[in-house]
Amino acid sequence: MISGLLLVMLAVVVQSAGAGLSQTEGDGVDSALELLKSTKFSDRLRGVEQLATSGHSGVLGLLSELLEGRLFYIKKGRRLVIAEEQDGDYRIRDALTGEPLGVEKARKLRKINLNNAMRSRINALVAAIDLASDSPSTRLDAVNRILDHYDVDAVAAIRPLHAVERDEQVRDAMEVAIALADLETGSFSQQVQAVAVLQESVHPAVRNGLVRLKARAGNPELARMIDKSLEIIDARLKVFAALETLFFGLSLGSVLVLAAIGLAITFGVMGVINMAHGELIMLGAYTAYVIQRMMPDHIGISLLVAVPAAFCVSAVVGIAIERGIIRFLYGRPLETLLATFGISLILQQGVRTLFSPLNRSVETPEWMSGALHINSALSLTYNRLYIIAFCLLIFAGLILVLKKTALGLQIRAVSQNRAMARAMGVRSAWVDAMTFGLGSGVAGMAGVALSQLTNVGPNLGQSYIIDSFMVVVFGGVGNLWGTLVSGMTLGVANKFMEPWAGAVLAKILVLVFIVLFIQKRPRGLFPHRGRAAEG
Amino acid sequence: MGIFNILKGDRGGQLFLAILLVAVLAVPYFSLATSPDSPFHFSIYSVTLLGKYLAFALLAIAVDLAWGYLGILSLGHGAFFALGGYAMGMYLMRQIGDRGVYGNPQLPDFMVFLNWDSLPWFWLGFDMFWFAMLMVALIPGLLALLFGWLAFRSRVTGVYLSIITQALTYALMLAFFRNEMGFGGNNGLTDFKDIIGFSLQSDNTRVALFIATALLLGLGYLACRLIVMSRLGKVAVAIRDAEDRVRFIGYRVEHVKLAIFTFSAVLAGIAGALYVPQVGIINPGEFSPINSIEIVIWVAIGGRATLYGAAAGAILVNYGKSYFTAALPEVWLFALGTLFVLVTLFLPKGIVGVLGGKRAAK
Repeated sequence: MISGLLLVMLAVVVQSAGAGLSQTEGDGVDSALELLKSTKFSDRLRGVEQLATSGHSGVLGLLSELLEGRLFYIKKGRRLVIAEEQDGDYRIRDALTGEPLGVEKARKLRKINLNNAMRSRINALVAAIDLASDSPSTRLDAVNRILDHYDVDAVAAIRPLHAVERDEQVRDAMEVAIALADLETGSFSQQVQAVAVLQESVHPAVRNGLVRLKARAGNPELARMIDKSLEIIDARLKVFAALETLFFGLSLGSVLVLAAIGLAITFGVMGVINMAHGELIMLGAYTAYVIQRMMPDHIGISLLVAVPAAFCVSAVVGIAIERGIIRFLYGRPLETLLATFGISLILQQGVRTLFSPLNRSVETPEWMSGALHINSALSLTYNRLYIIAFCLLIFAGLILVLKKTALGLQIRAVSQNRAMARAMGVRSAWVDAMTFGLGSGVAGMAGVALSQLTNVGPNLGQSYIIDSFMVVVFGGVGNLWGTLVSGMTLGVANKFMEPWAGAVLAKILVLVFIVLFIQKRPRGLFPHRGRAAEG
Repeated sequence: MGIFNILKGDRGGQLFLAILLVAVLAVPYFSLATSPDSPFHFSIYSVTLLGKYLAFALLAIAVDLAWGYLGILSLGHGAFFALGGYAMGMYLMRQIGDRGVYGNPQLPDFMVFLNWDSLPWFWLGFDMFWFAMLMVALIPGLLALLFGWLAFRSRVTGVYLSIITQALTYALMLAFFRNEMGFGGNNGLTDFKDIIGFSLQSDNTRVALFIATALLLGLGYLACRLIVMSRLGKVAVAIRDAEDRVRFIGYRVEHVKLAIFTFSAVLAGIAGALYVPQVGIINPGEFSPINSIEIVIWVAIGGRATLYGAAAGAILVNYGKSYFTAALPEVWLFALGTLFVLVTLFLPKGIVGVLGGKRAAK
């Protein structure tokens, strides 16, 4: 019923063109396409209008191609095609069916040109078609687009739709658009009402509209109202800007936590200084790269496969390091530091020899691109959202493993009192290997996440190792919650300082802060209590 | 305490100083007095290279003093080294005068490039050699004093101390990379022309720099040895082995640590100042944490708590680095990495421990 009504509205929008609705679909499209090829702008405009009312499913695509300047016709035969430039020639396909037609020389084609009036008309038409869509998100997009390229005609199309719109979000957006139009053209009382409505919106077009009206507002009361609304909007924009910074900070914090959480286990729980931790992250990132190369047709799935694979690769390498080297150095932390640094050099050079010294890029799957639009002032990119979610997921998983599994129980037992645990029959050597493997595996999974943010190269790990140590030490060694809190805190602090200090200085300030903080509280934010921590 | 008392029972040190003395006498002769065709000729390139190794050896001794005798594993000594180097570099920059690309007699090239119109205050005085040399010692010393005072007073020890020293050098690296700092940013300081009136390109200056480095290395060794043999040194070793007991006996552990750590930083700064004129450049890369770890590796490989072992380690590892990076660049990191692992696993006393057997110092 709604869509039927919408179609009627649509007819109202386009009726100025005088295109007959009674024509059958095919006729309408064909004659409209013929008109598009005309040399006169007015004919082409009529063609566009006819096309819009035809209801043909391919119209929307065709109009947007036209807007992009990709609609051509072949001079010979006058067939309408969509053409994309390729090495000086054009790859063409049929305009309506999309059937590929091979490659054509540029001089055999003629482009269908637009003028500005046509362009804004087409924009309005496309919006009108979208407004008739069944999907609320498409309708919302259409309204937002109209707001972006504010246009009186287009808003006129919205007016009647507003009353029948069911989706609240879409209706709100429509209200804003209508109010914006009232602001421009309405009577005084309409303007006053519009100002009241508009102060709820943070869309940039609204702010511009208000500023425009203020410049020519004769009535001092109206001017005062506008000032007040602008104040409200600006305050709200500030809040959203802060929220965005917070979001950036949390995503940076998640990266830090991801990088550090494996270390929180190997360093925090076992007391092993693992300088090769960064390289275990790097191995995870390379695993993601290799798996993506192995399944190039399933980029999206490959990343999901890479997570457990990276865990296994890094865990195996980690266990090998522990069994081969670190276990001989327990109780000598400084020597461990040196030996693992040696390992990190070997792993780096190994990757450099095996792959190449150049950076590799891991493709981002489709489901990770794009952004979640909260409103026009705040949108959260999906990749950052996923990083935060992934970080929390891994953290929760790790807590579960440590608190709820037999292995976790043994790990905690050995870290608290090795001798007693051994007396109770815990195979402490095996637990050591498993703990180290767990920490290393988590580092590998972090590598998969990092592969989505930066290029994968032999130096990937080095750039994270110092940050990771800082996070763990700041949070309090041996405390996973401390690592989470400290990573997030440092990330957010970093991002909030960036606007006035610059990225590098912000980082330096954070480092200096940590160094000073450790002087004050050598055991971090959340130190272990009790005698065990004094050792 | 006479010089012979200091070296009494220090066979390794005697040998080390003897070799150094021979080098000081022989290298100038074979590089300057022999003809380039002679099979005994020692090229100026090699002299400079050797001079660089000796600067590293001094740095290694400084680290060994703090790590081997005091138990402070500093992963930030590269910072003190680089600060000393920058102080020397600033002096050398001011000596360029109007011979820079832009020909500005007052400002170094990079400042002209950044459109600065006057010299920043912290560059004042660096046109005087004595002032620059004072700063070479003073700046690393003051930083170490401040940092150590904060750290030792709040009893940050062991691994934590290592990590915050690493953070220190990392923060300095990031800072020096910034153009706004006024130290040439990414490119650092380079293009030096002469030092106290002598051209850096001339063979004589280069040999003189080598001799100066060797002499200062010898002096540095003796000074460290003096400290180690003194009561201060004995307390330091006691702190290394059982810090709490020393504190309970009534010693001010912080003061001992601070004194030795600061002296060690000053030595590192001097090493940096000797290094810069010989290699002709100082840039923020010298602050990178990896460099500082590498210094520790020299000491570990040479044998810590011996001083001469640290010096030997620095020279050997750097010779190996020069050789391998030219001959087999792929292999170098593998070799270095393996060396770390093997030395820490099987040679806790380093090469000196193997060669010296029972005679190696504890």
